[in-house]
Amino acid sequence: MKKSGAEILVECLKREGVKHIFGYPGGVVLNIFDTLYDEKDIKLILTRHEQGAVHAADGYARASGKVGVAIVTSGPGATNTVTGIANASMDSVPIVVFSGQVPTMLIGNDAFQEADIVGITRPCTKYNYLVKDINDLAKTVREAFYIASTGRPGPVLIDLPKDVTAGKTDFIWPQHIQIRSYNPTYEGNKWMIKQAAHEIARAKKPVIMAGGGVILSGASKELKELAEFMDIPVTMTLMGLGGFPGTHNLSLGMLGMHGTYYANMAVQNADLLIGIGVRFDDRVTGKTASFAPNAKIVHIDIDPTSIRKNVRVDVPVVGDVKLVLKEILKILKEEVGKEQWSAIRKSWLKQMEQWKKERPLTYRYDEKIIKPEFVIEKIYELTKGNAIICTEVGQNQMWAAQFYKYDKPRRFLSSGGLGTMGFGFPAAIGAQFACPNDLVIDIAGDGSIQMNIQELATAVINKLPVKVAILNNHYLGMVRQWQELFFRERYSHTYLDVVPDFVKVAEAYNAVGLRATKPEEVEPVLREALKVKDKPVFMDFVVDWREKVYPMVPAGASIDEMLFEEEKKEEKKVRAVK
Amino acid sequence: MRHTISVLVENKFGVLSRISGLFSGRGYNIESLSVGETIDPQISIMTIVTTGDDQIIEQITKQLNKLIDVIKVVDFMEVDHVEREMVLVKVAPKKEDKTEVLRLAEIFRGRIVDSGPKTFTIEITGDEKKIEAFVELMKGYGIKEFVRTGKVAMAREGVKKA
Repeated sequence: MKKSGAEILVECLKREGVKHIFGYPGGVVLNIFDTLYDEKDIKLILTRHEQGAVHAADGYARASGKVGVAIVTSGPGATNTVTGIANASMDSVPIVVFSGQVPTMLIGNDAFQEADIVGITRPCTKYNYLVKDINDLAKTVREAFYIASTGRPGPVLIDLPKDVTAGKTDFIWPQHIQIRSYNPTYEGNKWMIKQAAHEIARAKKPVIMAGGGVILSGASKELKELAEFMDIPVTMTLMGLGGFPGTHNLSLGMLGMHGTYYANMAVQNADLLIGIGVRFDDRVTGKTASFAPNAKIVHIDIDPTSIRKNVRVDVPVVGDVKLVLKEILKILKEEVGKEQWSAIRKSWLKQMEQWKKERPLTYRYDEKIIKPEFVIEKIYELTKGNAIICTEVGQNQMWAAQFYKYDKPRRFLSSGGLGTMGFGFPAAIGAQFACPNDLVIDIAGDGSIQMNIQELATAVINKLPVKVAILNNHYLGMVRQWQELFFRERYSHTYLDVVPDFVKVAEAYNAVGLRATKPEEVEPVLREALKVKDKPVFMDFVVDWREKVYPMVPAGASIDEMLFEEEKKEEKKVRAVK
Repeated sequence: MRHTISVLVENKFGVLSRISGLFSGRGYNIESLSVGETIDPQISIMTIVTTGDDQIIEQITKQLNKLIDVIKVVDFMEVDHVEREMVLVKVAPKKEDKTEVLRLAEIFRGRIVDSGPKTFTIEITGDEKKIEAFVELMKGYGIKEFVRTGKVAMAREGVKKA
């Protein structure tokens, strides 16, 4: 029996195990939406903006490890997905986006709602397709899911002209997918692995720098084993948080521009840096010429282009992080016993403790005004570190990375590479669909939350208990911080004169709105919010606008040239994070 | 350093744009690019001449390899190979120079592919040096039009790096 293109598409999605699709309808995708209308196994979640749909699919993928899916219409529907796709591309998130397209015979005619979305998204997708023949549809969908989820994952877009989804043909499901020009390297080169193991064995002052690749390849267990077996301290990039337990005594927390003093000092003084699933982004390395100046660098990554792109590498290992770590561990365990290491590392680990004592992550508690770090600390305390934390971008993101400890992977969802304001809230919605029994909290700023605030409707209609903690300082805080430090306090266009009453906004959408203006109100507001199980909650925390994110490495400086909060003489209460 | 890189790709629409987009998006330089089908109509071959230091060339070849439609990348810097390029030159020599131009074309094993009352169109094939030399000579006789195909390259048989 012949099936329509729309039916074939939905059948393919079912076979790929898709349960949730985030989308927004429109003229040329009517056939698809009509087919989904009767579909029992797949739930389409209507967002209120296509960007929200793609971020939600992204959050869904990050939280679950499965491929996230979004469907949008042609023209503006498709162009609205670009930020979401670029975001997923930078952070290697597997998503498949289906965009409608005008009928094949009209392509190129500047038809109504026509946009060359394949052309537009070419540089920000892992791959993209325009399906011109309905007989290619099933194979294309199969390939798209395969490409998105294998190797270094990433977004794939499929453009579907209206006549392709409306036409009819026989459904043939390709059993096997083989793409001759696409063969990711999973097994690392044996010789290189051996070199890496030997460097690790020889090093006196090694540091592991773990990135998003650890989480993507599911290598947390192997990483922990390696660190513990060899007594190597571990620092994480923003994308790597949760890849290694943040509460572990070998954890140095995050490194880089807003990394901890001890993480940056460790990297700068190490004799061996083991980069695992990282790409040495400029926010991590600072000035590359003086990055890890005394260290040999071992770099393990599945993407060969990551290697030697930004920093010199002494031992490159291309392969899947999990498989490579297993091999390294095997060599280390078979060739040398554990006892030797502990002796060699003792003074190095002691140095870590000293740095941690010297300059712990701190902020000044204030009894009159809420400090944003205090809010994060309270969230950590009340959720016992078990929540899925999404963030927007800016100060809120950095504080969430610094003051919440992530012990498990896929618990910290943040826009790392692209730095997309407006990511956190829709991502939280996606994460809540992926993990319905988990507590999902978006840590936001008053600027960022307004970038996709319309998704409140999506959360309300689906009865999602997503919590949004808005650190409301009436400023675009991170930019303001730079203006204060580097632009003589000229706050050009960073003051958000009119910030809506977030409590009323929440209530207008039939969600719950709460507000705290004093430090003692923070905990009651959070407790109240955590009680709500069937609605989203906006928590408006009116925080100290002067607060800055520290430590901070100024742009272009080495990562050990950190700025710290000035000490005040009259200071009594300096609170350190446990 | 200047490198000649040959890229075997799937012969699909949009592939050229993926390759050229990679170069423009990452700020790499293309000196010349030629594309054509291979014996297998599903596969095309591109020959790209580019410049960059070792680190850039390494990135270029890796980034090319990373593209889904790219089947194989060969940097001819590492391989003993032959390179050829073809140019068409339209010259308008003065009456007294005509024989000289024809003689030079012959020396360079060029062919006259068109001739009119005022101009000759000469086809020259060869490596870069030969072409440069010929073009230099012709400049003195008044080049009216000039077009080149871009370089193509092929590895020599059975050559292995010592």
